[in-house]
Amino acid sequence: MSSLSYLVSRLLQIIPTFLLVMVVIFLLVRMLPGDPAIAMADAKATEAQLELIRQKLGLNEPLVMQFFYFVKNTLSGDMGTSILLKAPVLEVIIERIPVTAFLTLYAVCLSILIAGPLAFVAALNKNGGLDIAIRSGFQVGLSTPVFYIGLLLLTFLAASLRLFPVGGYGTTFLQHLHHLMLPALTVALYTSAIIMRNLRSAVIEVLDADYVQFARSKGLSRSVILGRHVLRNAMISTVTLLGLSIGNLMSGTLVTETVFAVPGLGRLMLEAIFARDYPLIQGLTLTFAVMVSLVFLFTDMVQAWLDPRLRLS
Amino acid sequence: MTNQNESLLQVRDLTTTFHSKGRVLRAVDGISFDVRAGEVLGLVGESGSGKSISLRSIIGLARDYGTVEGNVYWKGEDLLTQTDKQLQCVRGSQISMIFQEPMTSLNPLLTVGLQIEENLKAHTDLDRRARKARAIELLDMVGIPSASSRLKDFPHQFSGGMRQRVMIAIALASNPELLLADEPTTALDVTIQDQILQLLLSLAKDLNMAIVLVTHDLGVVAQTCDRVAVMYAGRLVETGSVRDVLKRPQHPYTLGLLKSVPENMPPRTPLYSVPGTPPALDALPKGCAFAPRCHKAEDVCLGTKPPLSVLGDGISSACHFTADIREEVLA
Ligand SMILES: Nc1ncnc2c1ncn2[C@@H]1O[C@H](COP(=O)(O)OP(=O)(O)O)[C@@H](O)[C@H]1O
Ligand code: SF4
Ligand SMILES: [Mg+2]
Repeated sequence: MSSLSYLVSRLLQIIPTFLLVMVVIFLLVRMLPGDPAIAMADAKATEAQLELIRQKLGLNEPLVMQFFYFVKNTLSGDMGTSILLKAPVLEVIIERIPVTAFLTLYAVCLSILIAGPLAFVAALNKNGGLDIAIRSGFQVGLSTPVFYIGLLLLTFLAASLRLFPVGGYGTTFLQHLHHLMLPALTVALYTSAIIMRNLRSAVIEVLDADYVQFARSKGLSRSVILGRHVLRNAMISTVTLLGLSIGNLMSGTLVTETVFAVPGLGRLMLEAIFARDYPLIQGLTLTFAVMVSLVFLFTDMVQAWLDPRLRLS
Repeated sequence: MTNQNESLLQVRDLTTTFHSKGRVLRAVDGISFDVRAGEVLGLVGESGSGKSISLRSIIGLARDYGTVEGNVYWKGEDLLTQTDKQLQCVRGSQISMIFQEPMTSLNPLLTVGLQIEENLKAHTDLDRRARKARAIELLDMVGIPSASSRLKDFPHQFSGGMRQRVMIAIALASNPELLLADEPTTALDVTIQDQILQLLLSLAKDLNMAIVLVTHDLGVVAQTCDRVAVMYAGRLVETGSVRDVLKRPQHPYTLGLLKSVPENMPPRTPLYSVPGTPPALDALPKGCAFAPRCHKAEDVCLGTKPPLSVLGDGISSACHFTADIREEVLA
């Protein structure tokens, strides 16, 4: 019961975020000098085509009505036509969502797989040789720009050793895994460094906590103590951080997808910006906002699942 | 029943040191004492005198962050030489421990049912259903109302006093012979402190369980303990039966503690009242650690540490001038 109301209240919190993003997008086009219809249309558009756009956007009506039309059009799935691709914005975006979603999820999984065990090893050997080695290793990942690591990986693993393709997405699941390995790894090296650092200090803190000392005084085995008592408690703060870094990671796809020629939303965004394709920029901005909101929602749910104090307060 | 005079636990020269930033901190400095079956031993001392670290050293928790030396004989076996895996069979089943802070000593993410049952799972052959039944029985035993409906509750759904009861239930799940209780009532409201102490004492009696009760409250010692060990700066300065020690203290520190307690000795009297503060454990004086606060101190006190020596009557004391003080008190 209270879990459900928690979920509902958390869902309702998305609405203001969503509205705010809509306002920003709306003003973005209106704040450009000149006629928004011209910004929204192809450079070669005829006067008749421009008039059609003006009508649809309600440009002759008060600003409030214009915003109303904008929200109404967007909610009914009409986000205009991409100037660059000459196709409905919604269609173009829906086609690319799976690529970016796959890449992001892949990167997150890799980050967890890399960071999780190493954080534990480092924490259990606090200030020992292994700990120092692991931390210095990740320091490199943190202090090197993402695209530089990407280029290095591309040069060695893809171009020289030909272990991985230099770009594309493939058609089957296994091909996706293969094609997106390098971009996902590039992103994961950075994300896992952040997660490792946080999880390591969380584990060290939890190992010292009274309830872990008490659990040890009960004569529980090491695996029960680490798995049941330490891991879950240490994860709570790390899950928040992971959620936040997924938000970051999505804006990072602009660079990663471009470097690795991955046909996803990030690369599309960059192309749209260079082509001044305003309808597409609007649609993509909204899509990113929704995706990030969903990630945050999911993060909160994982947290509520982990921590009964959030669920049952 | 076990012979009352036989020692269950023999602590010999227990020493725990911490090394940090090039300094050596001796939190426990060669303490020795026995605990007999079924008795309640009070371990008294000001905050920071090494009481908690002593308990944690006994069951092998302190060696993770400090160096523990000496011997801790449990039924003839030295616990300090055992591996963590070997200790798992002793911890929680033969020797249990409860902590000072009920708010932080239970895992906030696990139901109290699970936290009781994992003890049973580790130390008994009970199946799932029997474990559940036993968990209800335990919660009932420590006085938690409608026990069966509370197994699924999380620690934050209990009050401080109730959490302390839950901790006791967990610690007693497998019928330990010794309970190490580290200031189990300090964090609680005064009215609840008494209830918890009475509960501990009656359970100890019913289960023939010995308790090492750490406290900084002489009133509690007078009410609950059979014997007492007074700790100062990592060392034991006086041990003996509660009756003898409280009536005729042999060590100036114990004397000071008692003098600072008003006549009728009400419970919950904290031990802050001896003038001065204890020395830093990483910069202990060469001689008697109590010397800076001792009105009896003479040159010999500054140069030589007084050993804990037996005085007869079952009392031991660590002071160069014990005999004089004895006369003074008796006079
Ligand atoms: N992990 C540790 N590292 C270094 N010093 C410690 C550690 N734990 C405790 N100490 C020190 O050991 C001394 C004794 O602590 P403790 O046994 O908790 O005292 P008490 O329980 O009597 O109040 C204190 O001075 C404390 O600062
Ligand atoms: S040895 Fe000296 S300083 Fe220490 S308690 Fe006895 S008289 Fe006081
Ligand atoms: Mg303590």
